[in-house]
Amino acid sequence: MTESNDDSFRSFRVRPYLLTGGRTRAAVDLPLEALVRTTESGHASLATQSRERHQIITLCASPQSVAEISAHLKIHLQVARVLVGDLVQEGHVATHVASTQSTTDRPDLRLLEQVLDGLQSL
Amino acid sequence: MASSLSEELTMNASATPIPVKIVVAGGFAVGKSTFVGSISDIDPLTTEAAMTKASEEVDDLGDATGKKSTTVAMDFGRVALSQELVLYLFGTPGQDRFHFMWDELVRGAIGAVVLVDTGRLEHCFPAIDYMERAGVPFVVAVNAFDGVLRHHPEDVREALDIPEHIPVLVTDARHRAAVRDTLVGLVRHAMSVAATNA
Ligand SMILES: Nc1nc2c(ncn2[C@@H]2O[C@H](COP(=O)(O)OP(=O)(O)O)[C@@H](O)[C@H]2O)c(=O)[nH]1
Ligand SMILES: [Mg+2]
Repeated sequence: MTESNDDSFRSFRVRPYLLTGGRTRAAVDLPLEALVRTTESGHASLATQSRERHQIITLCASPQSVAEISAHLKIHLQVARVLVGDLVQEGHVATHVASTQSTTDRPDLRLLEQVLDGLQSL
Repeated sequence: MASSLSEELTMNASATPIPVKIVVAGGFAVGKSTFVGSISDIDPLTTEAAMTKASEEVDDLGDATGKKSTTVAMDFGRVALSQELVLYLFGTPGQDRFHFMWDELVRGAIGAVVLVDTGRLEHCFPAIDYMERAGVPFVVAVNAFDGVLRHHPEDVREALDIPEHIPVLVTDARHRAAVRDTLVGLVRHAMSVAATNA
């Protein structure tokens, strides 16, 4: 699948921001790869959730990145961010990107060593 | 209420792996999607982002006029490196007009693999330029289409004027082991960059 894949264009919603009440900015700064995981409060709230929020809470029972949420729900990345940001603020999902951890910095040496180990064990 | 919420968040944070990211760049049809697909645990997925020249314009996208916005699609894969660590691999969207998305892709990334097709060397220039200017650690990986290497990596280095300290590797986008070795090469390079900057 590439940017020239017409089917993937059509499958995404035409007016994405209707889902967010027109809001385009997320309450929380979420990198593409930020992992999102459902909390107990999220599970407990399922019955009352709208369709997309319900889908996110269900999907993130096992941790998923914001990019994966966007792909699986076929909603634009920015829309996924707004919806996830709301759910984070409400405590229905949690994300691993701690506010103390800079998102612009490169991973440090210690983390890179773990990545190297992981790759070499594949 | 507030305390039980923070307890939940703490609990979940400790059970959630750390995500890391590598960007796969290069010209059109050089093998980026193939490269990602060869090592991904999942069938590669596609995410779409709405394209805007300036972020302020985003506010127009959802308005009632139904104004058509341009979107850019990116494919990506996911590799579990351990219980605690998950690697995401993002292919860059091809055209130059999508470079706004590259800023997002390289944010916090370990670095980039710039794929090169020796038949069309010049197609990787924009990617190399971008990574150099953005200060993103990168390696150049010559994709040996059909296992045939038409140019020696050092000839590629010379032709592309790649500085000494940037590794030029040979890869095969269709083979998992070759892809893994290329990623290992990038991570080692990123480590030497990190050690230098520390
Ligand atoms: N023979 C051969 N074909 C390849 C190789 N890598 C990619 N391809 C093919 O080249 C085309 C473009 O590859 P793709 O991964 O989609 O390129 P992208 O545009 O950079 O994502 C596809 O038809 C691939 O199957 C390779 O190493 N050998
Ligand atoms: Mg592709």
